[in-house]
Amino acid sequence: MPHVRILIRPKAGILDPQGTAVEQALPQLGFEGVSDVRIGRLVELDAADASEVAAICDKLLANPLIEDYEIQVDGAPAS
Amino acid sequence: MRIGVPQFPGSCDEVDALLAAGHVGDAELLWHRDRDLKGVDAIVVPGGFSYGDYLRAGAIAGLSPVMDAIADFARDGGPVLGICNGFQVLCAAGLLPGALLQNQDRRFVLRQVELSVETTDTDWTSAAEPGQLLSIPAKHQSGRWWAPSELHAEIADQDQIVFKYAAGGNFNGSLDDVAGVCNEGRNVVGLMPHPEHAVDALTGSTDGLVLFRSLLEGATNV
Repeated sequence: MPHVRILIRPKAGILDPQGTAVEQALPQLGFEGVSDVRIGRLVELDAADASEVAAICDKLLANPLIEDYEIQVDGAPAS
Repeated sequence: MRIGVPQFPGSCDEVDALLAAGHVGDAELLWHRDRDLKGVDAIVVPGGFSYGDYLRAGAIAGLSPVMDAIADFARDGGPVLGICNGFQVLCAAGLLPGALLQNQDRRFVLRQVELSVETTDTDWTSAAEPGQLLSIPAKHQSGRWWAPSELHAEIADQDQIVFKYAAGGNFNGSLDDVAGVCNEGRNVVGLMPHPEHAVDALTGSTDGLVLFRSLLEGATNV
């Protein structure tokens, strides 16, 4: 059964408070020069029909208004 | 007037919603797995953390059988109010425009806020005065209303912004100070602060009652 990874990210331009918090914490650990930290979600699943995954993303896994998603099937980007 | 309040696993404000609705009619609890709305005249989707807020706040509750029935009820013009998590659920179900994101400072905030009534042309604000200020509590961590600029312009243009945080009171970073919106039909309204917690002088304010009284006004006008 195809193994699917879905990367879900906050859309560009939307404030990501989690990313901001991490970015602000890094200099305190001595890591300078890190910027644009954005935090999303990784969903992994096995799907009998990988062609359904985009519909699954649109209907549940992601909110297309505020999030972008990227589907990888067996390690390769889905067409 | 009979008002139904759906309960999801993780709802926590359904009892106050029932009490508030009880000020203007008979209120009854509806179960999330039940498609039967028991013939109620209006729906209040309560606050809480439905389905643990897993995935995104409101995402899974939006797909439950009771929400399917509520979506049909809303499309037929039935009055629906979503409070806090209920607002998130209605946005997730596509019944209201926009999305609710994590507060800009990441904190859960509980405080009394002042809301201005931006339009009285909805089923839930018809008894209010335009521009009236309501003092009601807010308590949430993901209440930053956001919409893409075209959608925001469209709903502002269509007078679908129902409540705004009064000047200086936008604590969560919502776009354009928006605290609540309605659908195109003006029968579905959602807001983050809690009118159902402001219906008794004992808890400091009765300003939330005006939303429930609006419902009665609408019913008597029919």
